[in-house]
Formats: sequence, structure tokens, C-alpha cells
Amino acid sequence: MITTLIEKPSRSIWQRWRWLLWVVVIGALYDWTISGLKFTGLQESAGVVSRSIMAGLVHPQWSYVYDGSGEDLVSLILQTLAIAFLGTIVSAVISVPFAFWAARGDHERFFLRSGSGKVVLTLIRTFPEIVLAIMFIKAVGPGSYAGVLAVSIHSIGMLGKLFSEAIENMNRGPEEAIVSAGGRPGQVFGLATLPTIMPEFFSYTLYRFEIAVRSASILGMVGAGGIGTPMIFAIQTRNWPKVGIILLGIVIMVLLIDSLSEQLRKRLI
Amino acid sequence: MSIPKVPRRSWIQRWHVKGIVVTGLLLILLVTSSRMTGVDVGMFFSNFGQFLNLLVRMSHPDWQYANVIVRPLLETIQMAILGTTIGAAFAVPFAVLSASNLIHNRFLRGLTRLFLDLVRTLPDLLLAAIFVAVFGIGSTAGVVTLAIFSFGMVSKLFYEVIETIDMGPLEALTSVGASKVTIIWYAVLPQILNQFVSYFLYTLEINVRASTVLGYLGAGGIGVFLQRSLSEFNYSQTAVIILATLAVVLVIDGVSNHLRRVLL
Repeated sequence: MITTLIEKPSRSIWQRWRWLLWVVVIGALYDWTISGLKFTGLQESAGVVSRSIMAGLVHPQWSYVYDGSGEDLVSLILQTLAIAFLGTIVSAVISVPFAFWAARGDHERFFLRSGSGKVVLTLIRTFPEIVLAIMFIKAVGPGSYAGVLAVSIHSIGMLGKLFSEAIENMNRGPEEAIVSAGGRPGQVFGLATLPTIMPEFFSYTLYRFEIAVRSASILGMVGAGGIGTPMIFAIQTRNWPKVGIILLGIVIMVLLIDSLSEQLRKRLI
Repeated sequence: MSIPKVPRRSWIQRWHVKGIVVTGLLLILLVTSSRMTGVDVGMFFSNFGQFLNLLVRMSHPDWQYANVIVRPLLETIQMAILGTTIGAAFAVPFAVLSASNLIHNRFLRGLTRLFLDLVRTLPDLLLAAIFVAVFGIGSTAGVVTLAIFSFGMVSKLFYEVIETIDMGPLEALTSVGASKVTIIWYAVLPQILNQFVSYFLYTLEINVRASTVLGYLGAGGIGVFLQRSLSEFNYSQTAVIILATLAVVLVIDGVSNHLRRVLL
């Protein structure tokens, strides 16, 4: 019978007490966080307001759902979807060249091309969509057109990144096959690269569409069309039954679009 | 020996019916939605001068203004940290309740997941608008908004982590008669802790981005100053705010990415 004991691996003092350092760092961080914020505390009206919000949510203003004026819930929800759809399609098309710019190549030295592309995509992604919407409102006036432009530019940041990662990870076999059979670059691109990459592009575009629906529903708060505009007016005028019905509409719209898009994406890949 | 048959394509495949139908559908949707949103490409280019003017005015940042916005920028980060922490703390029990390998009651699991799905449908600015009405203008509304927003996101990420744990260590400890607490401490926690922290940091990144615009509706932080400069048409200040926000977001992303790489 073997009786040698397995020796317990010895740990240095640093390894043994490292956790204490983390505790001190995180503790200091939270101390700074909580001491820095000025809590306004509950307003006296908070109780009344939250109770009336609840009442509004329970008794939504059903008459707002459809009244044929074009300013009702159904038409504005459809308009929101139109903004998201158009913006996503446009940005998907613009994203393709950005993606090839930012995708890391095999023979690239120092990654100058792909690196610069990645930086540009990060900058686009970090630029707040709301500010973009306000800038486009200056250019084309308030309304859903500004919303479409904001969605199409902002989405490039994320779609370009996802597309470029798809290009980096794609299967190179079909391309090599066409090259070895003597295909021209155009043929390689059309017959091998595009068909290999397309399903993934579609899937990411659908995913981005889900996000665009959410952002299109709030872009109206700054005047860029869609359901957000009546929403912010209803909140400012404390019209809680109307807020209730709009919230209900947004929740149903997002749930429907998410499940529809999930079904489609499952079929694609 | 039988001759192998040449594969035949059905007429649906031969005439590319599927592709044509899908393309047609997409085209119809495109035309209807562009008519609904009143898209006018010509208008964009005829008003391009105004847009360019805006960009030119933004390209001369008012650097003096940077001193003013340091405090609200820090406040934005503080809001994001506190909001994410509160949201993540509430997310843990809900994540456990909706993990299929821990909770076998299908009804309870379905109910919690439905609740989480509903929370996740609400966009952040919408929550902010409502909470500004409840809590008044200030960072409290922002913290509550971010807490709810991250609660929905973190709980989904967390329960997906819990569902992927290896049940072996749990069974091993159960078979030697360990108590529930021991099992959780020695078998469950070591498997999930790193991923939890990683997802927490990821959510923090998203919340820092989100918190920079929440103030636009009065929920505290740098967004308040963004709104002020935009409504005063003071675009040289807007440019400073955007650049500073960009720098903060990039720094936070860098730190968080580094920590996550170390963790995983």
C-alpha cells in the first residue's frame, strides 16, 4: 500500500494575502461611489405619483389603441418598426465594406489596415445614438427620417464589428478551391466568399434589428419619430393611462419581434 | 447494375421560388417603410450644408469647458457602478430560480423567466423618463433605472452560466453526505464565480455607456450637461462632452476587458 502523502502545494505570502488587497481596493471604490452621489431622496409626491402610475398601468386608455387618425398606438408602433427596419437594412449594406476593412487578414503586417478599421468602428459604436438623432434632426427636421438616419449610422459600429469577426472566422476552403481551379478574384468573391458568409450576416442583421426596435422606440423622445414622442408627452403631462397603454404596446411589440427573429435565426444557421 | 438516377430538382428549386419570394417581400417592406418614415434622400443632401455647419462648429471644442464636466463625468461612473451592483445583487436569486438544473418545478421557472423577459423589453431611456417623474430630477432616478436595466440583463446571463455548470462535483459531494451549504461553497461557487464577475464587468461597460445619455431626461450625470449644451446650441461644448465621454468609455472598457481576460 502506498502511504506517501501528497504534499500540499505551498503558497507564497503574496498569493495567500492577495485577496485582502482586492477587498481594500473594492471597498475604497464603493466608498467613493456612495459618498460621491447626492441622493435626492424620495420626493413627497413620489408615493402619489407611483400609485397613479400603477393605476394607469392597470387601467390603460384603450381608446388610444386605434382611432384611425394616424396618431394612434398601432400606426405609431408600425412607424417605429419601419424606422428600425429601414435603418437596419441601410446600415447592413454600409457595414459590409467596413467589415472587410476591419477584418484581420492572414498576410497583414502590423495590422495597420484592420486595426484602423476596428478603431473607427469603436468610435462609431461609442457615439451616443441620441446625439446622432439630434444632429440629424438639425439636418432633415424632426420626424422619423432623422430616426432612420440615426439608426443606420449608429448600427454600423456593432454590425461592422460582428461582420468582421464573421469574416475572420469563416471557412477558407471554398475560396482556396476556386483559386486552385483558376478563378479570378471576382469569381472567388461571388462564388465562395459571399455564399459562405451570407447566413451569418443575415443572422447578425436580424439580431441588430431586435436592438434597433428598442432604440427606435426611444428615439422619439428627442423628436426623431415613432412611439417615443407621444410617450414623453404623456409622461410630462402626467397622463398615466396613456403611458400605460403605450408601455403595453412597446412590451408586446418587443416580445413579438424578439420571438419572430429568434425563430428566423434558428432556421438560418 | 442499376444506373444511378440524375437528381431531379422540384420546380420550387428550379425557379428559385423561395429566394424570389423572400426578395420580393423584403422589397415590399422596404418601400412601405420608406414611405411611412418619409425618407427623402434629396432632402438630406440639400440640407447637407446645415449638417456640415454643425460638424464644423463641433470641430472647435471649447477645452476650457473640460474643467466643468469632470465632476458630472465621475458622477456618471458612480451611478453606473452603484446601479449595476444593485441590479446584480437582485439578479442572483432570480437567476437561481430560473436555472433548469437547480429548479425542477417547471411552472415556477417559467413564471420567473416570463417576468425577466418582460423586464428586459423596456428600453433604458423609457425607464429613466418614468423614474424621473417618480424620484424627481437627479442621480437617484438614474441609479434606479440602471439597477432595473442591469437586473434584467444580468439575471439572464447568470442563469445561463448556472445551467452550464458541471454537475459532477455536486454529485460527488452529495454522495459523501455534504450539507447544502458545503455543496454550494465547494462545488457551485468555484465554477460560477469568475464568470459572474466577468458578466458583471460586461454589464458595467454597457451601463457606463447608457448612463451618459440618461441625464438627457434629467436622471443625473453628464447627460444633463449634454442636454444643456445642445439646447443652447453651444456645439463647441457638446463636442467636449462627447470627446470626454468617449475617453471615459474607452478607459472603462479597457480596464474591464483586462480584468475579464485575467479572470477567465
